[in-house]
Amino acid sequence: MHFSFLSLLRQAFANHEGWQPYWQQAAPKPFYDIVIVGAGGHGLSTAYYLASEFGMRNIAVVEKGWLGGGNTARNTTVIRSNYLWEESEAIYEHSLKLWESLSHVLNINVMYSPRGVMMLAHNHHDTMVLKRHVHANRLAGIDNEWLTPEEAKAFCPLLNIEQNIRYPVTGAALQRRGGVARHDAVAWGYARAAAALGVDIIENCPVTGIRRGADGAVMGVETGKGFIGAKRVGVVAAGHTSVLMEMAGVRMPIESFPLQALVSEPVKPMMPCVAMSNTIHAYMSQSDKGELVIGAGTDVYTSYSQAGGLHISQHTLEAICELFPATRRMKMLRNWGGIVDVTPDRSPIIGKTPVPGLFVNCGWGTGGFKATTGSGHVFAATLASGEPHPIAAPFSLDRFRTGRLIDEAAAAAVAH
Amino acid sequence: MLLIPCPYCGFPRPEIEFRHAGEAHLMRPEEPASDEAYAAFLYERENPKGIAAERWRHVHGCGRYFNALRDTVSDRILAVYKPGEVRPEVAS
Repeated sequence: MHFSFLSLLRQAFANHEGWQPYWQQAAPKPFYDIVIVGAGGHGLSTAYYLASEFGMRNIAVVEKGWLGGGNTARNTTVIRSNYLWEESEAIYEHSLKLWESLSHVLNINVMYSPRGVMMLAHNHHDTMVLKRHVHANRLAGIDNEWLTPEEAKAFCPLLNIEQNIRYPVTGAALQRRGGVARHDAVAWGYARAAAALGVDIIENCPVTGIRRGADGAVMGVETGKGFIGAKRVGVVAAGHTSVLMEMAGVRMPIESFPLQALVSEPVKPMMPCVAMSNTIHAYMSQSDKGELVIGAGTDVYTSYSQAGGLHISQHTLEAICELFPATRRMKMLRNWGGIVDVTPDRSPIIGKTPVPGLFVNCGWGTGGFKATTGSGHVFAATLASGEPHPIAAPFSLDRFRTGRLIDEAAAAAVAH
Repeated sequence: MLLIPCPYCGFPRPEIEFRHAGEAHLMRPEEPASDEAYAAFLYERENPKGIAAERWRHVHGCGRYFNALRDTVSDRILAVYKPGEVRPEVAS
């Protein structure tokens, strides 16, 4: 069903009884050309681009829980492309460009809002690092500009730029095209568009094993709904990547950490942009519902518990209260944790594995939402051809052997 | 916040006294070693969903390293032991 003003009008006169589900519950077929493990944003966008752009139709996405119920539902939806290295700039800028037309392409309002992402500096080191990013980005044709504390306050009037506080603002890097989007609409939009092209989306279907043939190549996946054969398998399982790859006997350079976020009570519009501070592990924006969306840094230990320590979010709120004094008496409504898959160089892993026919897209760590579009696109190209897409190629699993790391720790070690 | 019993200082102490120091029992490969062996030593991690053996350092206490077994699903600490000691058998 195409969404338009006309269809809305038609349904309004029909008591809204004619709306169709976004996707049908599919039963697994015995064999697919491609099986994608994980129906989060990245897995669903991979399936959509495989079907829409690379002409594949015999595709399944299997998901142990419900669609978009993991980190897609838990993240703070920050979108930006001002990363340091050329390889990162290429993939995040590719993603940002896809965000700009996504609502139109998927025929669903993903509420992409390029309201500006402002990264705060608090000392000389921060200033030098962020200015280096600004210059690197401008050389790559990516917008990023340096603001003085006064200019930062003009852009975000809530900001406290007094110099007598614990973490005074010494300046900020602003990417105006950065912003936020509605995470659920992204997952539902990709699922709806993929299902319309014939992709089977199989929920409540945990993968319990990865079957390999005598030659070592992948034959398919064992699931809670029986064996599903596949020519190629793509694992897009975020925090559970290590667990799934272990089923195929592959050890990954990944550790899973809890990452916490929280939202305040809803208030009138007060926060015009996304502001983030890597130094004090805090960032904040305001959702369309009016809640302030606040993100923290990761916990220090690996865990799958989807709940972090309270002292981590307390540390974040202390920083938020100092940087944005207007928030000091606000109540927090909910806090939660997601399990993020962190690589040693804080860059993702996209591409082949030592097992023929088994591909992986993981390691997005604390900042994968912004790449939902581009990650799915280049991974779809990789799955369709069997060879890495040029933008994905530098993010190979093999880089940990060759030493060609893409070290984004300065940009991405904590907050996104 | 985890409560961690330091094997040197005794009774459970708050997590903020400690620094997490990653997976335990990683062995540097014997020279001459291949690139694969070094990649495995430097980067590949077990990252288990279940019982993890990990190192902690009691930075705001005795300052010493020790090992702990922790269930990464419940975050419950099941055992602590000193470096060089054999990993104890525990049920999760």
